[in-house]
Amino acid sequence: MKRKIEVSELIFKIIAYVLLIIFSILCVYPLLYALGSTFSSWDAVEQGKVILWPNGFQIESFKLVFMDNQFWINYSNTLFVTFVGTIWCLVYSILGAYALSKKRLMGRHGFNFFLVFTMWFSAGVIPQYLNYQQTGSIMASIVGGSSMYDIDLKWLIVLAMGMNATNIILLRNSFEGVPSEIEEAARIDGATELQILLKVYIPMSKATIATVALFFGISRWNGYFWAYKVLSTEQQYSWPVQVYMRDFIDKNTNLTLQYNSDTADYDIGQATSMVYAMVVLAMIPILVIYPFIQKYFAKGVNMGGVKE
Amino acid sequence: MFKLKCDDFLIYDEATGTYSMSPEQQVRDQTERNRWKSTGFTILKDWRLYLMLVPMILVYLLWKYLPMTELLAAFRFGNFQDVSDRPWVGFNNFKVIFVGAEATTFWMAFRNTFVIAFYGLLFGFPLPIILALFFNEVRSNVVRSIMQVCVYLPKFISTVIVTSLALALFASDTASTSPGILSKLLDKISSSSHLHDAVNKNGLVYSLEYFRSIYIITDIWEHAGYDSIVFFAAVIAVSPTSYEAAQIDGAGKMAQMRYVVIPSILSTVVIMLIMKIGGLLSVGYEKLYLLCPDDSLDNYQVAEVVSTWSNRIGGSYTSRAYGIAGEMTNNLIGMILVIGSNTIARKASDVSLY
Repeated sequence: MKRKIEVSELIFKIIAYVLLIIFSILCVYPLLYALGSTFSSWDAVEQGKVILWPNGFQIESFKLVFMDNQFWINYSNTLFVTFVGTIWCLVYSILGAYALSKKRLMGRHGFNFFLVFTMWFSAGVIPQYLNYQQTGSIMASIVGGSSMYDIDLKWLIVLAMGMNATNIILLRNSFEGVPSEIEEAARIDGATELQILLKVYIPMSKATIATVALFFGISRWNGYFWAYKVLSTEQQYSWPVQVYMRDFIDKNTNLTLQYNSDTADYDIGQATSMVYAMVVLAMIPILVIYPFIQKYFAKGVNMGGVKE
Repeated sequence: MFKLKCDDFLIYDEATGTYSMSPEQQVRDQTERNRWKSTGFTILKDWRLYLMLVPMILVYLLWKYLPMTELLAAFRFGNFQDVSDRPWVGFNNFKVIFVGAEATTFWMAFRNTFVIAFYGLLFGFPLPIILALFFNEVRSNVVRSIMQVCVYLPKFISTVIVTSLALALFASDTASTSPGILSKLLDKISSSSHLHDAVNKNGLVYSLEYFRSIYIITDIWEHAGYDSIVFFAAVIAVSPTSYEAAQIDGAGKMAQMRYVVIPSILSTVVIMLIMKIGGLLSVGYEKLYLLCPDDSLDNYQVAEVVSTWSNRIGGSYTSRAYGIAGEMTNNLIGMILVIGSNTIARKASDVSLY
């Protein structure tokens, strides 16, 4: 039996489609605008003539960014911090979440509370900053330095930042969902604890692990505030690219109202176009990984988010 | 002589008139005495499990719990220059920020935290639900996937890029800078002289009147699509038989929405709302810091929240303790909100996040 589509349904459908299309376009428009501006002539950027399509095609901005050493040093720092930092966070999160998912773990509620409490209460900006400073000094004194700037603070960023208790809870919930019969079977076959984790639990929680890895990676890639606060201007060679971009914007464009033609290295139009080039370059790794992992995260988020 | 009623743990010996411990009780006592031993054995047996916990515990102790010890500074004399002996001053620092010298800026920041969070909730909360309902209307999987890829994407763009794009698109329309096309467009559409002045002065982001709207808009741009995932999952979980039943009863599209879909996703909506209220006071300071890094900017009076306030005033040694005390107050209230809302959620629906 074919159902007749009613007028109200049709209207609702049309409204839904139209608004969704508008919202989707709005979501990608600023990014496309950035792309268009990179390839537009500097005069067009300075006079605001770019709307979407490049106005007066050029690739000089990209060339200038490609020749900017500092940008690429900082870019490689971000790659390093993202890669090593994500792995480090994943390792301790997966190990901890696995232990927490076991009912036979004594003091399980205590450990859970220990974790969840950090989601409820945080010490605040200044205490965290003082703590990072102390950690930096201690790390420096271990290798024989006198101040925290004597060591490469990338390592502090890798070890100490990017913590997220929610991700550990997601992993724990996903591990709890693995049937215990499978674990018992593996144990009877003589598997050790680590083998069970590696051969049973991790393959069975792939979606959640992919999601969590994405969350960790994104927060690493996008991190700005703490890297800027801890490294400040003392250690520019360890800056992540986000800090460099903001610094470049402050120095060379008037977007943050700090433009000073004496200290600027580029013209405003040229620099603005370069900023868009940097924005595009800084988004590329995310855009490359995103489609592959996108199918996982809707699943992962829904699976681990709410628990009875 | 009287006889004690204690058969379960003592045995009365008629011949000598003395009591002796029953063998069962001896066994029980032995187990009791050895309980820590057996606990030790189970821990020892599972030592690998506890070893796995160690890195996580260590990381959280060092970088989440150790900073909390710094909070004691809130109860000490304010000047950080002389670290060695700062005397305890009780709640004096709190007095300074609540009613004393720092009160005006603190209450301004506190008010802003609430206002920004409240507007964020008011405008940012319904949109993901509407998006989810709309996504449900799109029958073609390909079209819906393309749309979803588009609307999830902003969530993964860094704060620096988001703020830079916002600054660029809403920039001022003066000769020295490149004018933002959105501010130009808004100026053309509206005839408001306020807007015109703001556009011509420093751009919409750096204006007192329009900062909040811009902040909320960029926030919605970032999060609305991604937040719709949870609601969309709830909407597609509605069983098709419910729709059919409603159709047979003659329900039109709106009636189906009203009587089938909305009641089905209501529990998810309520839980998400309660959770959002719980996180009300943890407004993202990174973005606000990037949008208002300096207190000489025009938007300072509406963009300053407690975290950025604390960061700003903590920059100088003399007022660092005030910053710590202020943010601690904010975070404690935030914690009460989280725990309260979580308790309500658990009571209301047997579902909680933790």
